[in-house]
Amino acid sequence: MSAPNKNFDPVMPAALDPANLQANVDAALAAIAGAEDLATLKQVRLDHTSDRSPLALANREIGALPPSAKADAGKAVGAARGRVNQALKAREAELKEAERERILTAERVDVTMVNDREPVGARHPIHSISEHIADAFVSIGYGVVEGPELESEWFNFDALNINRDHPARTMQDTFFVGSADSGAVLRTHTSPLQIRTLLDQAPPVYVVCPGRVYRTDELDATHTPVFHQVEGLAVDKGLSMVDLKSTLDWFAATMFGEGIVTRLRPSYFPFTEPSAEVDLECFACRGESVGNPDRPCRTCSSEGWIEWGGCGMVNPRVLQSCGIDPDEYTGFAFGMGIERTLMFRHGITDMRDLVEGDVRFTTAFGMDS
Amino acid sequence: MRAPLSWIKEYAALPEGVTGRDLAEKLIGIGLEVETVDEISISGPLLVGRVLEIEELTEFKKPIRYCQVDLGGTVNGIICGATNFVVGDLVPVALPGAVLPGGFEISARKTYGHISDGMICSGRELGINDEYDGILVLTEGEVGQDAGPVLGLDDAVLDIAVTPDRGYCLSIRGIAREAALAYDVAFTDPASLVPEMPSDGPVREVDLQYGADRFTTRVLTDVDPDAPSPAYMVRRLNQCGMRPVSLAVDITNYVMLELGQPLHAFDGTKLTGPIQVRRPRDGEELETLDHVDRVLDAADVVIADDSGAVALAGVMGGLTTEIDEASRSVVLEAAHFQPALVAATSRRHKLSSEASRRFERGIDSDVALAASNRAAQLFAALASATVGGLVDVDRREPIMSIEMAMDMPSRIVGVDIPEETVRAILANIGCSVEGETVTPPTWRPDLIAAIDLVEEVARVVGYEKIPSRGPAMGTGLGLSDSDRLRRQLRRRPAELGLIEVLSYPFVGEGELDQLGLPADDPRRVAVRLANPLSDEQPLMRTSLLPGLLAGARRNVGRGAESVHIYEYGQVFRDVETVDAPVAPAGSRPADDVLDEMLSGLPRQPEHLGFVLCGDWSQAGWWGVGRPVDWSDAVRLAALVARAAGVEVEVAQDAHSPWHPGRCARLSVAGQVIGHAGELHPDVVAAFGLPVRSCAGEMDLSILLDAASPVASAPRVSTFPVAKEDVALVVDEGLAADAVREALRSGGGSLLESVRLFDVYSGPQVPEGKKSLAFSLRMRADDRTLTDEDIAAVRESALAAAGELGATLRG
Ligand SMILES: [Zn+2]
Repeated sequence: MSAPNKNFDPVMPAALDPANLQANVDAALAAIAGAEDLATLKQVRLDHTSDRSPLALANREIGALPPSAKADAGKAVGAARGRVNQALKAREAELKEAERERILTAERVDVTMVNDREPVGARHPIHSISEHIADAFVSIGYGVVEGPELESEWFNFDALNINRDHPARTMQDTFFVGSADSGAVLRTHTSPLQIRTLLDQAPPVYVVCPGRVYRTDELDATHTPVFHQVEGLAVDKGLSMVDLKSTLDWFAATMFGEGIVTRLRPSYFPFTEPSAEVDLECFACRGESVGNPDRPCRTCSSEGWIEWGGCGMVNPRVLQSCGIDPDEYTGFAFGMGIERTLMFRHGITDMRDLVEGDVRFTTAFGMDS
Repeated sequence: MRAPLSWIKEYAALPEGVTGRDLAEKLIGIGLEVETVDEISISGPLLVGRVLEIEELTEFKKPIRYCQVDLGGTVNGIICGATNFVVGDLVPVALPGAVLPGGFEISARKTYGHISDGMICSGRELGINDEYDGILVLTEGEVGQDAGPVLGLDDAVLDIAVTPDRGYCLSIRGIAREAALAYDVAFTDPASLVPEMPSDGPVREVDLQYGADRFTTRVLTDVDPDAPSPAYMVRRLNQCGMRPVSLAVDITNYVMLELGQPLHAFDGTKLTGPIQVRRPRDGEELETLDHVDRVLDAADVVIADDSGAVALAGVMGGLTTEIDEASRSVVLEAAHFQPALVAATSRRHKLSSEASRRFERGIDSDVALAASNRAAQLFAALASATVGGLVDVDRREPIMSIEMAMDMPSRIVGVDIPEETVRAILANIGCSVEGETVTPPTWRPDLIAAIDLVEEVARVVGYEKIPSRGPAMGTGLGLSDSDRLRRQLRRRPAELGLIEVLSYPFVGEGELDQLGLPADDPRRVAVRLANPLSDEQPLMRTSLLPGLLAGARRNVGRGAESVHIYEYGQVFRDVETVDAPVAPAGSRPADDVLDEMLSGLPRQPEHLGFVLCGDWSQAGWWGVGRPVDWSDAVRLAALVARAAGVEVEVAQDAHSPWHPGRCARLSVAGQVIGHAGELHPDVVAAFGLPVRSCAGEMDLSILLDAASPVASAPRVSTFPVAKEDVALVVDEGLAADAVREALRSGGGSLLESVRLFDVYSGPQVPEGKKSLAFSLRMRADDRTLTDEDIAAVRESALAAAGELGATLRG
């Protein structure tokens, strides 16, 4: 280090010589450009910008210059250091970018490897379709009602106008509980829920009743002793078979697609009168398979219609058993088998798949159906 | 009921060319359940031939005949393997070019050394019956004539499932009436075609005490026991699915099919004294025609003579008075029994017959005499019988008439049906209508109220006339809070990775034993079925676990390494003997009667259960798997409860079928809702499941009652959190959660959360002690906590824990 130039000696120290400055800048820039990674660049920064670097030393010489020369020298050194710092910054950004690129490239994985570490759940389709049906009816103002599976005989039979001598009331069809005269059975249909509802609520009543029911059938490809139904009931002033038919057509369209309708055939049920069987227009072929051997339909066996359930106007005797005046109120009711609906809707060919609880079957249906 | 089209056409003037399928469609439209239409499909030449010569070919292993058959213009040589015919017999011959049912094509071919120029057919080959041992020898027909009409092959047979309200359709008479109604054509009542038969001569007296309001006997003598049934009768019985037996039996069956009136023929020489219609005497027995000895019930109706019961009225005759191949004297019974009594008798004796099926549904109360006359006519004509005396005890009440407003059908159907149409339809089905008073015909005992008449009008008008508009809109407010909560609870395990299954709710004592339930466990108090599907499983489930464990075993058996399944559904608790009174129908039962009916039923809460086997997370390219453990089961149960907005309290328990040291009791507000944890190793072994399988079961009904559907919003503070960790030394047996709860309540409102993050026991802590490390998070909602605040919270939390004996780990 030189002593301060108190004499205003115009002699320029070597460090501040422009050529020298330029050489130092060139050397720094070359080193910066040559740095291939951040660690090297860090060393370059030390070499060329630390207190002991040539440019720092040059900066220190400025203090010894006469005031007239200080400004120019300061500008020159500042410019030189500025160029070096700028180059450092730019190079650092470049190298960081390159480093990130390298890391990201190195971190590439094969995303086709499947992660099935955690189990994935699923709903049983019988329950998810029951909720689906209930939701549809809730959207038109119906309530949802459930009830006990082990039911009083009065609710399951008598109140529904199924008298003591009806063939359904034998051990061939019905599971009796305890002794045959215990007064209780495993409900053979969801219709006792109609009775429970009507005893409970004053009309107007609009409810949908999903539930599990029992008949003494052996399990095979098309029968199961334990199965599910969904039943609808409306009791109000002025309801007629037009309301029944309209509601069934709406239900068919909701479940199977716009334009799908139902067909009613006269039938007999003790708890409705008039009564009808409900056929569903085939949603798969819309009737185009009928008489058309080139386009057979497996869903409807090329008949154009699928048997879906039963329905009718609530028998006045049923209303009376619930303390409702049949001269003031009329009602309609309908019921469908859930298993049957699922089977033709999803092409299930064996009832046993629905009852055995094999997780592979349920998994196929996911969370909704 | 199987009904041949040709027979129906005798009474209903159906349009020309109506086929079985056409008629079936019309009948379905009017309310008869036609299940099938049997149309025998034979095409090509099928002629009546006469056997002229039979050459027995003996060089084969079985008898083979080479026959010359006269077919009118030609004589064909035909090979035949049957031997039940002789020279001169008339036989059906299918000629080359004919196609038999099943697509069996006939051609001239060389067989057994001869050209066989056609085939002599059996009943089976023609699709008429199941007889295939011999060929069908014809009793009528002209040589060379088309055999179709002779065999009834031009006919179609409709098989109709008759609903309980249409008993009259268990006859050709009733079905023809419906056919005429469906086509709106004339109907001729076959009962009106029956001539009045002589009714003098010997009689069989009747003592009618019980069970019938009409009872007739008719005596027939000099019956030729060898007279055969005529071909038409045999053919029609066959078509209707009844086996021809003997002329006497065939006549009674034929008249029953024709008119719907069951008849019974007694051998008159085997009856002693007058006929009594009465209740059985105490301990009275009867051997029925099916060779079953029956002890009679006091409520049965029997036909008896001086020797005792000779028939189960309306159901089946007795063996001692059966017509046999030598019977020359017949006593014919035609009666109208009370439907309910026949139904009950048939049910008690588990004996259903053609007669009981008709009486149960209710036959025409006014056809007994016509049927008796018709049978007498046939006996006289076919068995050269002498028609003797008639006894007719008639105690019928007049038919009740019904009041119906003539606009009621329009109101119920929703379609305008003019009054004159309503009147015309009612008249067509046989009612007499005067003003608004309608009297149903004798064959319609099902018509007792106005709504029954509305149904008649509706079905004749046709359901296809009912239009469709928008659905009937209800007045509901959408899913209720409890509906939504129930759904969330039911759905939650699936969202958490479990697969829902359904199992039958039947269990056996064996499964309860396998669960290791103690003798006094409430889950052993189970409802027993009177008629279970399997004697191994006569009980209704009291827990979901037997079904779930069996389901897990089935899945493991089918190759699943890990199984996570759940089920929800009703269980049947606390009642072994169900005793629910049954009120009369027709009016609302009094409240106390309703209560009694409902309280007789078992409690049926909805449970949710699950079973976890194998790994929870499986091994893979990411590393090792993690086996399920007791805490997964407890966590699942807690998360399900949280779906209802409820925090479960967890406590140590020892409860079957769980591992006695790894079982959590789950409670809500002090009420136990279930258990979760690792299964007892014995249970795991009994059900063949992977070791350390886990399970849980909880009562959703209690959870729903405790649920808080509308959560109150927490205040979310934006001030900084302060964290402190504390390690406490406590007795080995002290529940970690009790310590956590003490810290939480001791810390007060500034203590945001307390979490157990480590447990240690070993050389660093004294014998019999363990160390629990908790992290405390503290925060105020109005300021940043000061060091003094933090210290105060910490101290008061520790003080509360200290009361449980917890000391800070040094
Ligand atoms: Zn189709």
